[in-house]
Amino acid sequence: MGFNILTLCYLIASVTFILGLKMLSNPATARRGNLLAAFGMGIAILGTIFLYTSHDTGEHLGNYPWIFGGLLIGGIIGTLAAKKVKMTAMPEMVSMFNGMGGACAALISVVEFGHLSKEITDGVVTAASVQPTVLIIVLGLIIGSVSFAGSMIAWGKLNGKVSDFSFTGQNILNLVILAVALTAGAYLVYDPTQSVLLYVILGLSLVYGILFVMPIGGADMPVVISLLNSFTGVAAACGGFLYDNKVMLTGGILVGAAGTLLTILMCKAMNRSLLNVLIGSFGGSKTAVAGASSDMGQIKEISLSDAAMVMSYANKVMIVPGYGLAVAQAQHVCHELEKILEEKGVEVKYAIHPVAGRMPGHMNVLLAEADVPYEKLLEMEDANDEFKTCDVVLILGANDVVNPAAKNDPASPIYGMPILEVELAKTVIVNKRSMKPGYAGIENALFFQPKTSMLFGDAKKVLQDLCAEVKAI
Amino acid sequence: MIFVGIEVIGRVPSVLHTPLMSGANAIHGVVVIGAIIIMGQAEESNYLALILGFLAVVLGTLNVVGGFVVTDRMLEMFKKKK
Repeated sequence: MGFNILTLCYLIASVTFILGLKMLSNPATARRGNLLAAFGMGIAILGTIFLYTSHDTGEHLGNYPWIFGGLLIGGIIGTLAAKKVKMTAMPEMVSMFNGMGGACAALISVVEFGHLSKEITDGVVTAASVQPTVLIIVLGLIIGSVSFAGSMIAWGKLNGKVSDFSFTGQNILNLVILAVALTAGAYLVYDPTQSVLLYVILGLSLVYGILFVMPIGGADMPVVISLLNSFTGVAAACGGFLYDNKVMLTGGILVGAAGTLLTILMCKAMNRSLLNVLIGSFGGSKTAVAGASSDMGQIKEISLSDAAMVMSYANKVMIVPGYGLAVAQAQHVCHELEKILEEKGVEVKYAIHPVAGRMPGHMNVLLAEADVPYEKLLEMEDANDEFKTCDVVLILGANDVVNPAAKNDPASPIYGMPILEVELAKTVIVNKRSMKPGYAGIENALFFQPKTSMLFGDAKKVLQDLCAEVKAI
Repeated sequence: MIFVGIEVIGRVPSVLHTPLMSGANAIHGVVVIGAIIIMGQAEESNYLALILGFLAVVLGTLNVVGGFVVTDRMLEMFKKKK
């Protein structure tokens, strides 16, 4: 009887995952969808703890203190971390949680294998009969640990703790490592008594995860995280096979499929293929373009009061937020400036590039936090139609997403990426901290155009001063 | 299930990519169930299994709880101005 109720619990949980994910893809229902999935997860977890019975012995689970202790610790740390994190640090948080899931899957594989090899030595089962199980364990181990190591590196990179690192032949080395890990895995499946191999596989997978993410540039991180996310999904599904557990299977495969699709969607938003992101990393092309920077001409600076003047007397101002706005936590001041300008009769709108910031939708989240009305945020296509009617475009810490090289320089690494065509506007004011190139590591010809003027400084500081100046006019 | 996954995400505005990824991230936290089963079946004397399993439960829960809370926080911001 207990088992049947558990099956029902799992069924309910699976349905909530599917519905939840579906609702998450629509702005109006997204929040409820998330809560629904969380609710389903709760049912599945509690159901497992109290109703799960072993197939062999029919016994309930034991070790409650350990289980609840683990749930409590994980729950408290998770909640605190998620509540404390700044909106700007959200992407690395997601990456970190993803890594935790991957590590969890890898640990399950390690423990289960230990369990299995003990049974083999004790003669309870024959080595040949457990081969399919070992296959699943090995798959879960490889995918889980690649996901863990990769996510940790992605986390470090977004945090600025780990810098890009690549060397020639890295792709080949990566492939070799992966091949060795897979071969070792295949051998372990063939002969499950070689338990040392398990740790070899674990080590190689971790190294592979690190090397795999290392050379990928910050701008591509969202894609990588999304990909690793679907990896963890597959690892969870492996666990589902292992325990013949429906809800793990459903959840895992669902996330695996959805994550993969999301990854492809993100690549499309940047007009790059997945392979391109993984192998032809932005970092590698730095040197090629750096040489061309010197002959781009002179940049022109603009003073704060001039910038304030230009904007106050404009009919329409378009703000292009980028990562610079996010790091400076300047979203509230930005909204402030928008309000002051509107009081002066200036029409203010925001142009949001799909991959502005560090994650797709990052800017929308940030500006929403600052209470910027939804209608003011224009998606790329709409914004591009409106730029020609704009008097001033104010770019706040965005770079690659407004780089005209993506349109007219086939040699540029970002060639083909859709951009915001800010140069259609009458005047462009660019706020940046310095002339340092953006994440793609390339110069931006926009900054050298006659209609562009630079306003150097931290986005928050500059916006505060601008507010004061505009008010004073 | 693969098709369901693809169907579900078929047409999603780029605005929601981040919350969606985060939500999916929380859902694959179901691995924690595997960890719970390990814990529940581990023998009292098998300390290695207990410790690794315990770690797995902690990490898995971190994934689940953190994932859902972060997603909720993101989405909360979308809601406010409605």
